[in-house]
Amino acid sequence: MPKFEPVLMANMHRPDSHTLKVYESTGGYQALKKVLKESTQESFRDLIKNSGLRGRGGAGFPTGLKWTFLPKDHPGPIYLCINADESEPGTFNNRYLMELDPHQVIEGTILSSFATKASTAYIYLRIEYPTCYEHLEAAIAECYAAGYLGKNILGSGYSLDMYMHRGAAAYICGEETGLIESLEGKRAWPRIKPPFPAVEGLFRKPTVVNNVETVACVKQIADRGVEWFKSIGVPPDPNNPRDAGSYGPKLYCLSGHVNKPGCYEAPLGITCRQLIDEYGGGVWKGRKAKAAIPGGISMGLLTEAELDTPLDFNGPGKVGCLGLGTAAVVVADETVNMVDFLHNSCRFFAHESCGQCTPCREGTHWSLSMLDRIKAGKGRLKDLDLLSEIGNHIGIIPGTTICGLSDGAAWPIKNALKKFRGDFEEYIKRTNPTGYMITDAVPALEGAGSH
Amino acid sequence: MATVIVDGKEITIGDHERLNGIQVAQRAGIEIPHYCWHPGMSVVASCRMCLCKSGTRDPATGKITIVPKVVPACQTPAKDNTVFVTDDEDIRKYRAMVEEDLLIDHPVDCPICDKAGECHLQDYHFEHGQKERRADIKPFHSRRREMGDTVTLFVDRCVMCTRCVRFTREIAGTSELMVVNRGSHEEIDVFPGLPLDNKLSGNVVDLCPVGALCDKDFLYSQRVWFMKKHAGVCTGCATGCSINIEENQDTVYRLRPRENPHINQWWMCDEGRYGFHHVHADERLNEPRQWTKAGQVSLDWKDVPTQIKTHLQAAGHLAAVVSPHLTVEEAYMLCAFVRSLDDKAVLAVGPIPVEGEDETFKNGFTIRAEKCPNRRGVEAVVQHFTGAVTTFDELLDQLAAGANGQAIGGVWVSGGYKTDWNDESTAERFANVKELVVQDLFSSPLFENATFQLPSAAFPERDGSYVNVADRLQSVRWAIRPPSGVMTEGQLLWRLLGRSGLFNAQVILNEIAAEIPYFSAAAGGVHELGVDLKVNQLAAAT
Ligand SMILES: Cc1cc2nc3c(=O)[nH]c(=O)nc-3n(C[C@H](O)[C@H](O)[C@H](O)COP(=O)(O)O)c2cc1C
Ligand code: SF4
Ligand code: SF4
Ligand code: FES
Repeated sequence: MPKFEPVLMANMHRPDSHTLKVYESTGGYQALKKVLKESTQESFRDLIKNSGLRGRGGAGFPTGLKWTFLPKDHPGPIYLCINADESEPGTFNNRYLMELDPHQVIEGTILSSFATKASTAYIYLRIEYPTCYEHLEAAIAECYAAGYLGKNILGSGYSLDMYMHRGAAAYICGEETGLIESLEGKRAWPRIKPPFPAVEGLFRKPTVVNNVETVACVKQIADRGVEWFKSIGVPPDPNNPRDAGSYGPKLYCLSGHVNKPGCYEAPLGITCRQLIDEYGGGVWKGRKAKAAIPGGISMGLLTEAELDTPLDFNGPGKVGCLGLGTAAVVVADETVNMVDFLHNSCRFFAHESCGQCTPCREGTHWSLSMLDRIKAGKGRLKDLDLLSEIGNHIGIIPGTTICGLSDGAAWPIKNALKKFRGDFEEYIKRTNPTGYMITDAVPALEGAGSH
Repeated sequence: MATVIVDGKEITIGDHERLNGIQVAQRAGIEIPHYCWHPGMSVVASCRMCLCKSGTRDPATGKITIVPKVVPACQTPAKDNTVFVTDDEDIRKYRAMVEEDLLIDHPVDCPICDKAGECHLQDYHFEHGQKERRADIKPFHSRRREMGDTVTLFVDRCVMCTRCVRFTREIAGTSELMVVNRGSHEEIDVFPGLPLDNKLSGNVVDLCPVGALCDKDFLYSQRVWFMKKHAGVCTGCATGCSINIEENQDTVYRLRPRENPHINQWWMCDEGRYGFHHVHADERLNEPRQWTKAGQVSLDWKDVPTQIKTHLQAAGHLAAVVSPHLTVEEAYMLCAFVRSLDDKAVLAVGPIPVEGEDETFKNGFTIRAEKCPNRRGVEAVVQHFTGAVTTFDELLDQLAAGANGQAIGGVWVSGGYKTDWNDESTAERFANVKELVVQDLFSSPLFENATFQLPSAAFPERDGSYVNVADRLQSVRWAIRPPSGVMTEGQLLWRLLGRSGLFNAQVILNEIAAEIPYFSAAAGGVHELGVDLKVNQLAAAT
């Protein structure tokens, strides 16, 4: 394999990389010009389908395939929503793209809109990214001025409007139907499916939701072609007929107890250990890693021994994690107590559960109050059974909830208790030597479960 | 025709029926527990109480494939060859989880909760819940919050099914209720200064599957298991909502809508719902009296029929005012009686109370401006006897000018109105009438002038039928006995017609159905959802 050369991040180091001038000077909007001139909407959509590009937002759904779910010959409007809510803990790759190369995102969005026949594109941005907002707003204005947006783009006959919408800081607004509800001005309660957004989404019209990095990849594929894209990453596992492969470059986010945290572009399929050692300069303070989350906290935990897992769409699942997620790795060194880790995780999900489904609303809250009590030295071994029960019962995988947030809440619980149960038992016995064997219900801590 | 399999039982459903898992299971006699789903509102599938398993049967091979996870029955459509499994180890486990979850922060104040005894949370807990509490024990807390004039919220009893919120958005169209906060901090609330204030507000209490929303009119007044339910009809307006009258020992405690797809679906308006307190008002008349030369004397009910008959016979030309509050049977008997004494007697329909305009809500529910239950029924009866309908105002003119060339000497006025329906000037018009019989709920100028003053029965005390604005006839039986001293119109007229024993509305209705074509569809008994009298009119027209 030739040495990997970053493309998504290639221009981020340039001064004023967020301006149209700099973007155009590095070949920006050439892809758009070419596609508008040479391709039909269908042929460009098929190109993306053939590239094997899979969504970078967390679920890894094949992008071109998703686009084909839109109804044929729909009179419109069709909407494209760019998911820039980026709220998964440990994840900040979208921020790099939007802050340092917003035109790449916008070009990708225009191309994706063209392929989906969308007439309006919305960028749903989390409120905590003010610089992204400024840069994107400025970039959109530049595009309108330059004729890349608006009516009859570059004389092609294709027209597109693009708007920014800022969310009010809720994790659930990143779930695609929660995002749609929020865009409509409602509480971000994920919708039940069917109907899927492709059929009935924003304002009850066909809608595609794609991640920021996904559309950035679309722009790169338009520039460099399918061959190039497929030369990077991991082909489908021949023994797994359902594997669509993991092609292309990926922006990995690395944080936690490493020497050089940051966002790194690498081919899909590098191992977690490679990422930590080769990109992140190893675990900090000369310590060993104890665990790492493979792709945002929702994906669960890798143990030290599992760090050789390849970070492609298949790898983490093979060691009991939920998946690749956002490819955001957070490293915990050997001094970390997993009780603290899980407490933090439970607090996050209890805080972010939208509260619609009983099992998620109450399960996340119950697990947090148990962890609060365990942390306060009043834990019981019985709590660990109750926690695993919650972990096993909530989520769209067993079918007990509407959206995947609760699977994300369940996985850290399940993985922590399965892979690090010793930590929990030791902690509980040490801090509650007289009460750890109690199995009857105990009085709640005052204020427990508040978040 | 589609065949659906529920727990191994084959259920056939019609081509145009769109049912979900809960509904087909009902057909199979299986109850799938549910909170958030309500047949009258959108599906949100969020409570997750109705989890079941589903799959398909291959029509060619008969092989059944079940999807290896649970799905909400409320959100799963029943199509040809859909298979539902409503009970297995997983399903029981998940139902127990939802029940346990809902009780984590619940105050369990059932002993002081209005809903106890008809609460889904209680019932499902015993059927599907955990045997004992496993979550931490919380100190008791139960907060009460006012939603508006009619409804109060016990915040901590809520299971967040959002039925009430959807009701105000989808049915009433007023959107006062909302969910505030997120996750387990969620609560139902209203905007400050914008309380729950719409004419359908009481329905949210019926909808609430638990004791969170309570009706202020009913609050703490009766345990539900002491009450008996009687099918009734609301007499508040011409819509004629089907209702249940809930009473204990002849006291009505509440009215609630009775599901009727032809009329009111699951709803009723507040005016109708709370419009029963006059039934137990102190001012109700409860003694038959007569003005004689010697002054006012009390009558014994057993003497009333002969007295009235004798006096009216001696009065000359007669007239009757047939109130739109009477049942079809009562109206018929009144007309028949008066006509038996004077075969030219004038028959007029009582005043039709109209207030404002019809008011239609977002989903189509309509409160009628016509505030009486039986205008159509009464008019059809009068029409049958006289060939035309004389209005109350026309009668007033005839009182002065005479009818059929004669002065009117005796009039029977039936009332039953809730509010003042006549005044001194009306009463004045009857001054020359020799014998005036008035049967009414409350005193009025006209009543005071009557030679015979008879107390009348209120709607929960009557037997008989009403015809609503859409020509649907509903028959109901009495729910409570009238107060002592009151004889129902039905019973009195039955005696006046010389019939023996107790008034039997069914017998009279059968006679009416045989005699008056408009009522022919009511022959041989009326379904609890009523009959459409138009069906026969259409048939007759073609
Ligand atoms: C609770 C939850 C939060 C999510 N948050 C995000 C997010 O912040 N950004 C994102 O792109 N996708 C997020 N997703 C995934 C989206 O639902 C959706 O799959 C994605 O935006 C699709 O884009 P893609 O196909 O380009 O990956 C989230 C999903 C869930 C269940
Ligand atoms: S108040 Fe009652 S109806 Fe409203 S959400 Fe709560 S439980 Fe449901
Ligand atoms: S709409 Fe009319 S009949 Fe129905 S409940 Fe209201 S007042 Fe009664
Ligand atoms: S009744 Fe089906 S999820 Fe609530």
